[in-house]
Amino acid sequence: MTDFSIILAGFGGQGILSAGKMAAEAALYEGKEVSWFPSYGPEMRGGTANCSVVISDEPIGSPVVNDADVVICLNQPSMEKFEPCIKPGGILIIDSSLIHIKPTRTDIKFIPMNASEIASELGNMAFATISMLGCLSAATGCFKRESFESALYEVLPERRHKLIPGNVAAFDKGAKFAE
Amino acid sequence: MANKKVLMKGNEVIAEAALRAGCRNYFGYPITPQTEVMHYMAKKMVQIGGNFVQAESEVSAINMVYGAAAAGARVMTSSSSPGISLKQEGISYIAGAELPAVCVNIVRAGPGLGGILPSQGDYWQATKGGGHGDYRNLVIAPASVQELYELTVEAFNLADKYRMLVMILGDGTLGQMMEPVLFRDEEPIEKIEKPWAAVGRGGREKHNTVTSIYIDPDDLEAKNHELQDKYKYIEENEVRYEAYGLEDAEIVITAFSTCSRICKNVIKQAAEQGIKVGMIRPITLWPFPKDIIRETAARDNVKAFLDVELSAGQMVEDVELAVSGKKPVHFYGRMGGNLPTQKEILDKIIAIHNNPNEGGRG
Amino acid sequence: MAVVFEPTKGLTDKPFHYCPGCNHGIIHRIIAESMVELGILEDTVSVASVGCTYNSYDYFACDAVQAAHGRAPAVATGIKRTLKDKIVFTYQGDGDLASIGTAEIIHAAARGEKITAFFVNNAVYGMTSGQMAPTTLLGQVTTTSPFGRDASYQGYPINVSELISQLTGAVYVERVCLTDFKNIQNAKKAVQKAFKVQQAGLGFSMVEFLSTCPTNWGKEPVESMEWLKEKMIPQYPLGCFKGADIDFSKKEDAQ
Repeated sequence: MTDFSIILAGFGGQGILSAGKMAAEAALYEGKEVSWFPSYGPEMRGGTANCSVVISDEPIGSPVVNDADVVICLNQPSMEKFEPCIKPGGILIIDSSLIHIKPTRTDIKFIPMNASEIASELGNMAFATISMLGCLSAATGCFKRESFESALYEVLPERRHKLIPGNVAAFDKGAKFAE
Repeated sequence: MANKKVLMKGNEVIAEAALRAGCRNYFGYPITPQTEVMHYMAKKMVQIGGNFVQAESEVSAINMVYGAAAAGARVMTSSSSPGISLKQEGISYIAGAELPAVCVNIVRAGPGLGGILPSQGDYWQATKGGGHGDYRNLVIAPASVQELYELTVEAFNLADKYRMLVMILGDGTLGQMMEPVLFRDEEPIEKIEKPWAAVGRGGREKHNTVTSIYIDPDDLEAKNHELQDKYKYIEENEVRYEAYGLEDAEIVITAFSTCSRICKNVIKQAAEQGIKVGMIRPITLWPFPKDIIRETAARDNVKAFLDVELSAGQMVEDVELAVSGKKPVHFYGRMGGNLPTQKEILDKIIAIHNNPNEGGRG
Repeated sequence: MAVVFEPTKGLTDKPFHYCPGCNHGIIHRIIAESMVELGILEDTVSVASVGCTYNSYDYFACDAVQAAHGRAPAVATGIKRTLKDKIVFTYQGDGDLASIGTAEIIHAAARGEKITAFFVNNAVYGMTSGQMAPTTLLGQVTTTSPFGRDASYQGYPINVSELISQLTGAVYVERVCLTDFKNIQNAKKAVQKAFKVQQAGLGFSMVEFLSTCPTNWGKEPVESMEWLKEKMIPQYPLGCFKGADIDFSKKEDAQ
């Protein structure tokens, strides 16, 4: 696999940066080359957050993504900003609980999923982004479900391991939207 | 986590590397995009009983570095472009007093307050002086988070060995990005005695003085000759670079750090179109790898050079000096915090391939 | 024959380069004697600054580091943080400490750095030939206030000891002069107390010396002493501004 690139974007506090890091951790678990790059500085102060993740079998060039294979959006401003950055044939995954517009492009695959509702049902709003990672994994195979789960056990401190089953449940619910 | 890659931010890896290299003194002042170095130090340094001081200014921070280095300690500061400008006074004094120290510059776009996004526009400042007087800093440009780790450890060894400031020149991309890094179980720390340090006489017959002032012109000239001899030795012994594809390259790219990463991928794309491109990536920006560039320029297979930077073209002047007019030197740069895309560079390569003698500099 | 007087081991044999009537020689001497008497000469690092005393390290027999103009307190911070059990002092003039180095001295004091600053205030820039200093008196003629310092044009003198004594991290601040034997004895006591404050780890200490500059004042040495008494002391009153009643047996006394 040559560079596979993802942009995750939304409001600060939605867990965008840590979800991006988890995607990178899962791919790293599979022995892939990975990079993660955040928006930083004043951009953070306006309340928006985004990061780029690149997964590859070979050393990664730029960690900054201009043309993404997948864009994951958790708010409308992010969708308006990053929809044009998707490669033709790429995928746009949005949280349809929060975004009520449709993409203008027809050359991409569009997956709306009610991520915030899923998270709410599971009792933890941080699971919204996690369910979208499930969709990402199932739709593209850029990392496996098992890698995601194993990486969680490695990365999270032991006192937080009790959160892992919930994360995996959210991941699985999200995966269904890729079918 | 021995022998296992961990995903870490470049800035944090710099701090971790410094601690592993035995650095127990950090003095700094907050500035984006290097602040995580400071955050990491603020926590870890205190936990292990080292010194962390948030100074009142960059000017003070570099002078605290000067003091700690004069007292024989391994010491580091980090900042970003505008802050590094403020440190230039202290950097010149460190050179004059021949003190070992490590200074990290996670470069952002200038001039002036500029922006906070990645740039390589401090190349001249880092490699040509920056402060007053005839001096050099050893300047190292890592291109990955793994290299940030290994070369930061190495920077402390080089600083002690040559009694001079070693600058790690990164940029906002490298500092802010996360990449896997593999830490060694044990660091190759070179222990170097510092009998010149001002640590209190402690029964020594004569007192030690750390200074950069030589009022007598002959004394000062002699001191300058000593420094120049040291710099010459370093130029002969410490040049580091990565080169590949030079044997059959038609176009040779020169690029360092972040730009070299992007160019590596472009080289593969160019090969798919039947264009053979090689690259020389300086790892030490000073001493500059001029010999390999000079030799490469003399090769028959090489038709042109392309220098790629996040600036208006700074390193390209050193490339031109080394090429010495033997082959055309082309340039592609982005400024303001933008990174070049692979396509932009590939388009430039195709243009050079079609007409190597057109569109070059000078 | 009994030896009744000998040079202090705190100074080297190098002859001073200071002008006749300048007080630096006396100040050097009482600092050097104090280091010897307190038994800290072998454990002290001095920080020389920029000005007439740029090469004080040629005279003090302790280890020394030369600092850039105004930066001595930052350099001393770096040294002291590295060598916690050593004594570190700066020796700075009024241009160095009260002008270009205001940020460094204020913040070193505010952080409560366990260092000592010896501040020599002669109301003028000596080394660069008599320019106006932050401590130049109103009406005083200098090469950059040739018509006398005018408050409406050049502002007012800075009373450094009063300013520093406002900072919690500063534990001991005293202003002294060297106009006669009694005052020299007082000054020496202040130097020793400042060192003791540092030895006890109580915090930042500073002694301000009112000093003469006959060369740049354009006065004879004796006349300079009189001018200091008549003009400088009213603007810069002598005395202890902080830490008059430090009890060295109680470390928390200063906190």
